[in-house]
Amino acid sequence: MPAGRIAYLNARLLDPATGLDETGAVLVEDGKIADFGAHLFKGGAPSVRQVVDCAGLCLAPGLVDMRVQLREPGQEHLEDINSAGDAALAGGITQLACLPNTQPVIDDVPVVEFIARRAREAKKVKINCYAALTKGMQGKELTEIGLLSDAGVVAFTDGEQATVNAKTLSRALKYAEAFDAMIVQHPEEPSLAENGLMNKGELASRLGLSGIPREAEIIMVERDLRLAAMSGTRFHFAHVTTSDALDAIRKAKAQGLPVTCDTAPHYFALNETAIGNYRTFAKVSPPLRDEADRQAVVAAIADGTIDAIASDHAPHDQDSKRLPFPQASFGIIGLETLLPLTLELYHNRHMTLLEALAAVTCKPADLLRLKAGRLVRGAAADLVIFDPDRPWQIDESQLKSRSKNTPFDKRPVQGKALMTIVDGRTLYRAPDAPL
Amino acid sequence: MEGLSASEISLLLDTADGYVEQNRQADKKRDLLHGRTLINLFFENSTRTRTSFELAGKRLGLDVINMSVATSAIKKGETLIDTAMTLNAMHPDVLVVRHADSGAVELLSQKVNCSVINAGDGSHEHPTQALLDALTIRRRIGRLNNLTVAICGDIAHSRVARSNIHLLHTMGARVRVVAPPTLLPPAIERFGVEVFTDMRKGLADCDVVMMLRLQLERMQGSFVPSVREYYRYFGLDAEKLAYAKPDAFVMHPGPMNRGVEIASELADDIDRSVIRQQVEMGVAVRMACIDILTRNQARPDSFVDPTETAGGN
Repeated sequence: MPAGRIAYLNARLLDPATGLDETGAVLVEDGKIADFGAHLFKGGAPSVRQVVDCAGLCLAPGLVDMRVQLREPGQEHLEDINSAGDAALAGGITQLACLPNTQPVIDDVPVVEFIARRAREAKKVKINCYAALTKGMQGKELTEIGLLSDAGVVAFTDGEQATVNAKTLSRALKYAEAFDAMIVQHPEEPSLAENGLMNKGELASRLGLSGIPREAEIIMVERDLRLAAMSGTRFHFAHVTTSDALDAIRKAKAQGLPVTCDTAPHYFALNETAIGNYRTFAKVSPPLRDEADRQAVVAAIADGTIDAIASDHAPHDQDSKRLPFPQASFGIIGLETLLPLTLELYHNRHMTLLEALAAVTCKPADLLRLKAGRLVRGAAADLVIFDPDRPWQIDESQLKSRSKNTPFDKRPVQGKALMTIVDGRTLYRAPDAPL
Repeated sequence: MEGLSASEISLLLDTADGYVEQNRQADKKRDLLHGRTLINLFFENSTRTRTSFELAGKRLGLDVINMSVATSAIKKGETLIDTAMTLNAMHPDVLVVRHADSGAVELLSQKVNCSVINAGDGSHEHPTQALLDALTIRRRIGRLNNLTVAICGDIAHSRVARSNIHLLHTMGARVRVVAPPTLLPPAIERFGVEVFTDMRKGLADCDVVMMLRLQLERMQGSFVPSVREYYRYFGLDAEKLAYAKPDAFVMHPGPMNRGVEIASELADDIDRSVIRQQVEMGVAVRMACIDILTRNQARPDSFVDPTETAGGN
């Protein structure tokens, strides 16, 4: 249903792609951005169906979260497309990409079509799919990269598992050239990480938990950079956490290799001490690292080595988290905390507001080649109105995600999405929004 | 053990000292804690520790119940927390818990409102073992401070080593660890210990040599190449012990692998080995822990922190 003409007035317009930061208005017509800028409606009141006075709040492209575990199909008791949609919208996210580790695995066109249909029915956040790089994410046989690309998948990855076999991966990289597909790696050398529960080091030794060495990530990144250099395929490292892996990626980029990477908020907002007394909500894969690596991640976001920030949303219920640390599942939810945690980088003066926003809007959209994440005339009106300074406290009981496994419960943060608009329709309005 | 102060440790050891005498009399039983209930909850098999706690409880007059994993609902898929809640509803006064996962006893202690004693959790801590070791040393030498203690063997996977390091440091002893590098935990030097991979150097001028058990599955190829090689370089025999002080003595938490980490003759040498005394002290130390944790509850109006645990596991 077309939403007619809506005018958003008195907004601080932010477009990280162009560096636009000015007070102005946006006109939305039939779900698309018809016009925007300081000049708009200067002559007088607009003749529209609805006027929204933004009262100086920020208006930016909706967030694009490039790494989300959806759990539908297969594990709807943890999360489904509706609950993830509500959570994403409350977090200012208008578009996301879901990992293939559903049940069944997204390794075949019908599963892609199923998720697309469910997303259309839910009418919430826009959902894109990754497809598995290998059938069943078994690391052996390639999936149908061509057919799946035509079906609209954004990239290929074995999800939370590394594609370990060097021959399989190098063939995939070669073959993917024909379809200009992107391959995404979970960079962790599995034999070094075997049985590991947290970052290897003093804290793990004190807690008596077996460690995952930093080298598990570094070795995989360094190896994969060699493999990536053998083909022209775009190669992306998911959730990079160590200074040495980031150095290797920085160098490869300088040499012109088509490699990119992302990280997740917990890798710059927390370090391994968050585990404290065996807190399973801080058990993630890759593990939280030490303070030096955390700072290296912040620096790499600031200097652009890290292209994007993704939530790495991984819903788990209490039954898989309220267990002795070694038995608990890896992963935390992140859709609703992506924006405020990313804004910490701005509030802590590591980067400008526009730079921080770019890492969750235009940059991930460009990586996945989505027409999203920027203010463009004629583009879909996927927008977020937010207050970058509003202080609030994360409260897991208020989160819309079906699973509540966040280590950020009770954390005071600054910056909140107040209204989220998809195709011109207001799908989320914060209860206390002054709009 | 980590976090316990020197005065708290001394109190436990002093109390245990008294129980050593009681245990040597013909009538070993007192009704001090009559009517209280102790549940031994062992998720990992153990005969000696469980028996030691059972005797300790009975000699103080408690009713003791043993639950082992083979007969419990855990086998039927019940979670640790559900088990804890179920037992809690039966109003025990003390839960003695052993679990194969580090941190599991801490997790359980958060969910019950009785005292919880950590009888060993994964590779994390085994506080009563450290206390009984300390009592054994103190009774033999008369002090714990200004002693040099070498802990030898599989430090990486040993909860006994960690608890002993914490306790001995708190009490002013110098601690060395001696092991092949594959059996040393990462950043072990950050525990404030001296690290040796040459056993002769590690034992030089030591007052006490603590041997650790090498688990069978770690002997063949994964952590050390062979039993033969391990015994040659890291097994304790009379020749290596000669590097320690002339009156140095040998400890082992048991059960021993004779001919793997310790020479049989040495283990049986009553002048040099205190392994049997350790077992005796075990009962006394566990009586002290049970006593101190439950004595406060004698006054019905007193509040006992439900998370309070022996050794602050």
